[in-house]
Amino acid sequence: MSIWEYANPVKFMRTSGAILPFAVAGAAACTLGGLLWGFLTPEDYKQGSTVKIVFLHVPAAMMAINIWVMMLVTSLIWLVRRHHVSALAAKAAAPIGAVMTLIALATGAIWGQPMWGTWWEWDPRLTSFLILLLFYIGYMALWAAVEDPDSAADLTSVLCLVGSVFALLSRYAVLFWNQGLHQGASLSVAPGERMSAVYRYPLYLTMAGFFLLFLALLLIRTRTEIRRRRLAALQAREMRT
Amino acid sequence: MLSLLKRDLALATRAGGGFGLGVAFFLILCALVPFGVGPETGALRPIAPGILWLGALLSCLLSLDRIFALDHEDGSLDLLATSPLPLEGAVAVKALAHWISTGLPLIAAAPLFGILLHLPAAATPWLVASLLLGTPALSVLGAFGAAITVGLRRGGLLLSLLVLPLYIPTLIFGTEAIRRGQEGGDPATPMLFLAGITAGVVALVPFAAAAALRVNLR
Amino acid sequence: MIELGKYAGTVLASYGVSLALLAGLVWQTISANARARRDLERQEKNG
Repeated sequence: MSIWEYANPVKFMRTSGAILPFAVAGAAACTLGGLLWGFLTPEDYKQGSTVKIVFLHVPAAMMAINIWVMMLVTSLIWLVRRHHVSALAAKAAAPIGAVMTLIALATGAIWGQPMWGTWWEWDPRLTSFLILLLFYIGYMALWAAVEDPDSAADLTSVLCLVGSVFALLSRYAVLFWNQGLHQGASLSVAPGERMSAVYRYPLYLTMAGFFLLFLALLLIRTRTEIRRRRLAALQAREMRT
Repeated sequence: MLSLLKRDLALATRAGGGFGLGVAFFLILCALVPFGVGPETGALRPIAPGILWLGALLSCLLSLDRIFALDHEDGSLDLLATSPLPLEGAVAVKALAHWISTGLPLIAAAPLFGILLHLPAAATPWLVASLLLGTPALSVLGAFGAAITVGLRRGGLLLSLLVLPLYIPTLIFGTEAIRRGQEGGDPATPMLFLAGITAGVVALVPFAAAAALRVNLR
Repeated sequence: MIELGKYAGTVLASYGVSLALLAGLVWQTISANARARRDLERQEKNG
């Protein structure tokens, strides 16, 4: 029983169809539960009620990065083992990752507004997420631009690889860039900061919720791609006969 | 390899090759900036390093699709791919030709345009040095983008979208090197990073570009 | 409800934007899937 069995589209459809209801239920329960719980937590003495934004910002930011890593792994699997399900999964994941990045950016900016006085600051972390968004957009644009599906899969996989290296590189360049210019513009809540239990547990719940949400959406979107691919194959066969 | 280099350089410099357009665009950009931000020295001097680097970067971008497009259209790219010369080597040579025909003129013109933007004289050697170190990376990364988008309709816009984020680290370290040099600080760190990025890009990205070309030539 | 204090606008804005983005994503995901399934079934029936 190896994971490579799921590279078979039929088996993938069957298994994902079985998992999907649980993923959806889990996503809804954890996300809504976590957000509601977080919403009911007391205010932070330093940041007031804005601390409640953490329950959106941190899970979204985490998923934004993890989804790109997942795309990198599935791209590599496609390049090496040519499993179409893998390539389609990467294609399916990208819009989810882009939306997560947008949420991280929007909540980060809105959260910073009371502190900074402006709607945007070139804080190193926010800037890195903006760059990540650019990579997501480029990746999705390339998928859309190339007609042949296998070529599109190959080219976007190579782009994902090169992009990953540069995303990392940019992270450090941006840190250098902002620290070099002026101090004091960073978001004052670092995910690494010690959070009191009051906030920590709702946060874990929403993080789980966002992960399950990603899983559910990924499964649905990959199934869509598999169906589209099958449709194209059937139509091509029809044209030939 | 040498004959490929000579051929590409000849193609770039002959009548329809667009030689000099990069520098012309660079000039226009630098001339436009004061109209946008005002002519005061105080406004231009701080942004001069950034504008000069951005100008070089964008001018470089404009001539990127030429790296492979012409050869793709007349079939010589297929010939290159099947020749005994490894495709990675051909990519590197074409990127070198791009750098010589586009990057070097930009570097030569940059100090002059720096005067337009009130770049302090002390910064000029750092301007040239950082451009010399950084622009080869721009050419190679550009070749990668061109390889991915070769043969696509409207590939130019997609090319910019894919390549510009890859330029960000080079841009950051390039401008920081100039700024530190001009203030009398220590530009060693950004220069080292710049050199490291270029070295890594020149060594490794041709492989990615060749892979992309092979996909597009299938 | 809960005391949101002076940051009420900020908090509600972030929740609003985020939930709107998520809702849009979910809706697009589901409708694209439904359309693909419909098209495939039609093709399989006729083909």
